[in-house]
Amino acid sequence: MQLHEYQAKEILNSSKVPIPDGKVAKSGIEAKEIASSFGGNCVVKAQVHAGGRGKAGGIKLANNPDEALQHADNMIGSTLKTFQSGDTEFPINEVYIEEASSILKEYYLAVTMDFDFKCPVIIFSSEGGMNIEEVAEKYPDKIIKIHVDPLVGPSPYKIRNLVSFFKFDKEVSSQLFKIINQLYEIFISRDCTLIEINPLALVDGNNLVALDAKITIDDDALFRHKDLIELFDESQINNSELNAQKNDLAYIKLNGGEVGCMVNGAGLAMATMDITMKAGALPANFLDVGGSASEERITEAYNIITSDSDVKLILVNLFGGILRCDVAAKGIIGGFKKYNKSVPMVVVLRGTNSEEAKSILKESNMEIYFSDDLPSAAEEINKRLGK
Amino acid sequence: MKSILNKDSNKVLVQGLGRDGSFQTQKCIDYGTQVVAGVHPTKAGESFNEIPIFGSVEDAVKQTSPDIGLIFVPAPFASDAIIEQVDAGIETVVCITEGIPVNDMLKVNNYIQGKKVRLIGPNCPGFLIPSKKLKVGIIPGSIVSEGKVGVVSRSGTLTYEAIVQLTMLGIGQSACVGIGGDPLHGTSFVDVLQMFEEDQNTEAIVMIGEIGGTREQAAAKMIKESISKPVVASIVGQTAPEGRRMGHAGAVITGKSALASEKIKSLKSAGVYIADSPTEIGLRLKELI
Repeated sequence: MQLHEYQAKEILNSSKVPIPDGKVAKSGIEAKEIASSFGGNCVVKAQVHAGGRGKAGGIKLANNPDEALQHADNMIGSTLKTFQSGDTEFPINEVYIEEASSILKEYYLAVTMDFDFKCPVIIFSSEGGMNIEEVAEKYPDKIIKIHVDPLVGPSPYKIRNLVSFFKFDKEVSSQLFKIINQLYEIFISRDCTLIEINPLALVDGNNLVALDAKITIDDDALFRHKDLIELFDESQINNSELNAQKNDLAYIKLNGGEVGCMVNGAGLAMATMDITMKAGALPANFLDVGGSASEERITEAYNIITSDSDVKLILVNLFGGILRCDVAAKGIIGGFKKYNKSVPMVVVLRGTNSEEAKSILKESNMEIYFSDDLPSAAEEINKRLGK
Repeated sequence: MKSILNKDSNKVLVQGLGRDGSFQTQKCIDYGTQVVAGVHPTKAGESFNEIPIFGSVEDAVKQTSPDIGLIFVPAPFASDAIIEQVDAGIETVVCITEGIPVNDMLKVNNYIQGKKVRLIGPNCPGFLIPSKKLKVGIIPGSIVSEGKVGVVSRSGTLTYEAIVQLTMLGIGQSACVGIGGDPLHGTSFVDVLQMFEEDQNTEAIVMIGEIGGTREQAAAKMIKESISKPVVASIVGQTAPEGRRMGHAGAVITGKSALASEKIKSLKSAGVYIADSPTEIGLRLKELI
């Protein structure tokens, strides 16, 4: 689960990581009031779940409160698409008004999980302000990684080595020392998968401050962070994905596809998408109904797929294990009746109660083409779409 | 420590007998697996189809000396169950549970370092050895057949897909092992490939990988260096978009090496036969034997 910048900064602030003064505004008037309280220049920042906001026009400098009002008015109610967000347009409902800082130098600091090393890793670079993938490509020698043994925590000697490598003075070194330890503490205690401060800026007065902040929380650990669940902003994901999430379905909309996929199991779902592509068509979505989906969940899955106007054909590929195919068949018919939407389906059913499921589906009035296995399903897709 | 493929004794303890756990345990028993004990913190003294239930793994181990522990415990408590089984001295721990927090698995991985235990999973379908009538997990017994091909995969249902293809072509399996879809896991491709290489009953290997991480590259390196048996591989997720988690926590493209194309490239250079489509796994293997 991703947090907004202002939410991430609240967490940083509560752990004493230095941030500039800032406040959220939901309207131009509010923005103006906040800007006035700062007394001088400020930055107006669109609160969306996408990186690369600056280049996309989601971050504007205001020289006075009226300019802040103007920028906020322009942003709130509109949408933002960045180079990192693909085709998705993120709605801007709030802006963050932040005191402008006079920046001397920008750094990059992040804590994330290194799955190859099976431990957390702290990443620091002297080249802040641009995206880290680009830094890794252009200046690989300007990135330092510190792997952290979870039983030991960030070893002081490793941070000392980092500090001396980048030749920080004593005062900045001691600030960086503190910030790294504070971030690591947040990372572990809040079950984060990523904390990224880009840039971590050295500002007038020789102080380090977090000018931007991105925090992602491990979805699987949300059960023990009730306070963080409340921070989730539903407006930042599309309706189908939100609906799927509420029904415990793993669903991802894929742009440009025409074949809706309903599958159980993540691996088989990806394989089904690949097969669709090999058949000359493009998958419209990834959808894993899960190992033990109920009838109701399948009904909702049917609704989500058929709500996508790009979908011309549905490929159902279910391998009954814990999931019973007959239960799934009833769920599909339930969806057809409840939502009154009909799209032709190519259906492959195998495993637990697949024969019962076929009879159930045959008795319905839906347009269904049965296939015994995936290769023949691919041929059927081809035929139905006239490829 | 003997490989899971050639242990002499295979008594199984099951921890977590809820709705799905009970259903799946019954399927293991039906297949022929020797389940000797159940563990449930509030059901000590009761029984599950004549199998005694104990309040702790330690008690169960004292009374029934199981060789393998199988875990169906819900995600918030699953990492504790793994540690409980390790502490009780169970050498093979299979964790089916999906959705364990990364931080919990981080602790587990550190805890089991250097200890005499093989952890399979989490978020995996477990393993099945047809010749021994041994099913530890949720791979459907109805689709497997006895033979000489070892199957290893990150995905559950996709493993079944590969097994069905093999069985339909008359090609039986020596063992099927699901290593799981989580980024932090116990047994890896490399470990299972080593077991298959050493196993006299295995003559060829099917490996099914997916996008995310670098496990397939590690496998490719190992195959090149030390696997003499033919390997057929398929990598799914070629159509997956970057940066999105495709169901499995580990299936997300985070950089170039996480791409299906990169994994295929490194496997090809290791002499692995690639099934371009997951529908062709069985056929590709048939060409080889």
